[in-house]
Amino acid sequence: MARAVTNQRKTINTILAWAVGLLIFFPILWTILTSFKTEAQAISDPPVFLFFDWTLENYAVVQERSNYMRFLWNSVLIAGGSTLLGVIIAVPAAWSMAFVPSKRTKDILLWMLSTKMLPAVGVLYPIYLIFIKFGILDSRIGLIIVLMLINLPIIIWMLYTYFKEIPGEILEAARMDGATLKEEILYVLTPMAIPGIASTILLNFILAWNEAFWTLNLTAAKAAPLTAFIASYSSPEGLFYAKLSAASTMAIAPILILGWFSQKQLVRGLTFGAVK
Amino acid sequence: MATQHSRSAARLMMAPAVILLLGWMLVPLSMTVLFSFKKYLPMRGGDLGWVGFDNYVRFVSSSAFWPSVQATLLIVGGVLLITVVLGVVLALLLDQPMWGQGIVRILVIAPFFVMPTVSALVWKNMFMDPVNGLLAHVWKFFGAAPVEWLSQASMQSIILIVSWQWLPFATLILLTAVQSLDSEQLEAAEMDGAPVFKRFWYIILPHLARAITVVVLIQTIFLLSIFAEIFVTTQGSFGTKTLTYLIFQRVLESQNVGLGSAGGVYAIILANIVAIFLMRIVGKNLDA
Amino acid sequence: MKSSIRVLMGACAVSAIASSAFADTITIATVNNGDMIRMQGLTEDFTAKTGHEVEWVTLEENVLRQRVTTDISTKGGAFDVMTIGMYETPIWGKNGWLVSLDDLPAEYNADDILPAMRGGLSYDGTMYAAPFYGESSMIMYRTDLMEKAGLEMPDAPTWEFVADAARKMTDKENEVYGICLRGKAGWGENMAFLTATSNAFGARWFDENWKPQFDSPQWKETLTFYLDLMNEAGPPGASTNGFNENLSLFQQGKCGMWIDATVAASFVTNPDDSTVADKVGFALAPDTGLGKRGNWLWAWALAIPAGTQNEAAAKEFIQWATSTDYIELVAENEGWANVPPGARISLYENENYKDIPFAKMTLESILSADPNNPTVDPVPYVGVQFAAIPEFAGIATEVGQEFSAALAGQQTAEEALAKAQALTSDAMEAAGY
Repeated sequence: MARAVTNQRKTINTILAWAVGLLIFFPILWTILTSFKTEAQAISDPPVFLFFDWTLENYAVVQERSNYMRFLWNSVLIAGGSTLLGVIIAVPAAWSMAFVPSKRTKDILLWMLSTKMLPAVGVLYPIYLIFIKFGILDSRIGLIIVLMLINLPIIIWMLYTYFKEIPGEILEAARMDGATLKEEILYVLTPMAIPGIASTILLNFILAWNEAFWTLNLTAAKAAPLTAFIASYSSPEGLFYAKLSAASTMAIAPILILGWFSQKQLVRGLTFGAVK
Repeated sequence: MATQHSRSAARLMMAPAVILLLGWMLVPLSMTVLFSFKKYLPMRGGDLGWVGFDNYVRFVSSSAFWPSVQATLLIVGGVLLITVVLGVVLALLLDQPMWGQGIVRILVIAPFFVMPTVSALVWKNMFMDPVNGLLAHVWKFFGAAPVEWLSQASMQSIILIVSWQWLPFATLILLTAVQSLDSEQLEAAEMDGAPVFKRFWYIILPHLARAITVVVLIQTIFLLSIFAEIFVTTQGSFGTKTLTYLIFQRVLESQNVGLGSAGGVYAIILANIVAIFLMRIVGKNLDA
Repeated sequence: MKSSIRVLMGACAVSAIASSAFADTITIATVNNGDMIRMQGLTEDFTAKTGHEVEWVTLEENVLRQRVTTDISTKGGAFDVMTIGMYETPIWGKNGWLVSLDDLPAEYNADDILPAMRGGLSYDGTMYAAPFYGESSMIMYRTDLMEKAGLEMPDAPTWEFVADAARKMTDKENEVYGICLRGKAGWGENMAFLTATSNAFGARWFDENWKPQFDSPQWKETLTFYLDLMNEAGPPGASTNGFNENLSLFQQGKCGMWIDATVAASFVTNPDDSTVADKVGFALAPDTGLGKRGNWLWAWALAIPAGTQNEAAAKEFIQWATSTDYIELVAENEGWANVPPGARISLYENENYKDIPFAKMTLESILSADPNNPTVDPVPYVGVQFAAIPEFAGIATEVGQEFSAALAGQQTAEEALAKAQALTSDAMEAAGY
């Protein structure tokens, strides 16, 4: 009896959750489907859902027009580089905040987060001038630095919350055993914090990948990532839904796949420590 | 526990992050403040000298200023409300036993991986277009006149697009919190005959308070500066001009860097007011 | 496709000897319009002829403008060639930001460029940008629907006729709208159309003392006329329709008439993209009998920012892309209907081009636009659908947003005009007029 109720409840849950899940996912699904239609089918009335002549033509057109692999490679390098650099700088800072807190720790943390509130467009000219001065306009390294600085507060904050979860006694024990500070961080702390660090990296990789203001405004041809790629497909002349969909699919596919594979990791790590 | 030695080591280890962020904040900020006191028109020869507080006065006295502050707060507030409420509901739903839980979760978090530009383009063209958009077809199917989303319901449309992007984030964070709920306590409450609503209000919600705080804090930081969603869809028309967008118009469209910089300073002030406000209400949640 | 390979091979053979020893890589910023994308596809011909490589930065119009403006005003040097328009060229030329193009070699035949285009792309007699294609605006209409409405479109109609025809052609049941006009806010979108149209109604942006004129009865007449017409005979969601949206509507057969850029003619008559390709007629933009027509003048042009490292190669590129040879290259590959129009006189004298249905009307429209004398009453500015001052783009976009909101029914014409007047006065004061 009890079991039947559970099963019934489980069925209702399943139907409900799947309905909501599909509804939320639908815009992405529709984009992917449209990318395989012809331009005429893309705007047909009534809309066609699955039964159309699937074509790869749009992808061919997009690839012919822009060198997708180069944009993709730039995206990978810039998002990856800025995230790694950010984590390297953030780990020691987060360590000291979590394990040697002072009265000002929380203020410093909040101040760091507040630097993220600087409206990017307001400082475009200053940053652009600085980039020219250092000759790093349209360079990957320039973007890596900027994106690292933008995401650094979030990285530090996330790591801080993870580190705080780790009982201080373990570190103290290591210290008693004669571990140096370096050893303590590298061999004791880091392994324990791996899930947290991994999800920090994932989240910030996604944020860096999707950043569209600086990546667009500080690049030309050499360092332009996928955000610039998509800027050449918004509203061209004539019918463009299918081509736009193909370009969109290409722009989001890599990160979507990465996200799906690391979904478990992301969920596990995203506890923000203190949330529990 | 903290020795003198470890204290200085800690300072040393924080130094790179602090110095970098200080530089990142101070250099552009001081340049912005500097420009804001100047008549700086790149198209008319650049720096045309000091003008005192003229830019500040002009920026606030423009008829677009207060509406833009309002629009900013409306978008931030609207998106926060939607994502938190729906996020809690979704998190509770996804925590229930069901078939294919993993796949459903993937479907729900997918929008988070989509670039803002792409999601704005897709929503604008393929869903909200009043002639060819999918929503127009749905409306017509039910015999209703298609809604001109981006002009007649511009604010709602933008809030919808942004909420769609951020709902996965809220759901994820809240889900991890729901998972850590003490099920024994809930079961005990159920045994005692506490109704669903009471269980939610007195046990679940307090437990989620800190997760909600995190969601509100992080999202506010990102939502205050949303740009791509507006740039792609309405370009600031129909009452969707946020403070960020107004600054964009002053700096890039009107090529008045001095005026735009003054706007930037206002935006920073607004952000800090919001931040202090936030800390007041939610800060305690983070302390414990 | 085959012929393009033949051309390339031929070009290779010639250029193997001719190409210079210095092969550079130039970075070109351009807009994602059909003609530019076609140019991008033909880059190999340029590389074969000169040895220079090209890196393309293709962006949507608004993003492009934001990018190149930031770069040139900070002397960033990210681009060697920029695609700009008739609005930017004189302003940037005046600032000394662009390389003069007066010294192009004789075989380029700069005198072949339409004087209207050359004039609009010059400052103080020096040409700073070479037109890739030029355009005016005209009426494109559905001949079948016009006939069905029992009307005949004259070559030079009045606004009264156009409005009447639009109302008669409208059949909202079947999603046919009598007239599609720009409503999307932006100085290059609805304001290009409305400013040009206001000229026909006797309105102007500024009087001789740079005083904004939105409080004039002429502007009120222009805006009310436009709003009434669009509400009765326009498509739904018109307040977010720009050039591209209207093009797509027209191609789907949902517009009876469309007044827009002459370059659209080749898209609406192209059977690959357009469902109404064989039913399109053309006429001059309408007037109201005051002596000015509401047709604009615009060119997308290529310019070289001063201080670039690759000036010589950039010049070679501009020569290639805006030459008569390039027009022939496109004609050979894609047909004469798809060559970039409106830039060179010789194109309109070419026998092959005379058969193109829209050629004559395009040329007539271009020739009838007068940027130096755009309005009924005298004005201190140059430009038909814009005023060539640095502040215009910003002001007009904001004004455009007010007009767009009026079209969406969120405010009345009077309110929109009052706000436009106030914000224009304020911005002009800020700029020091």
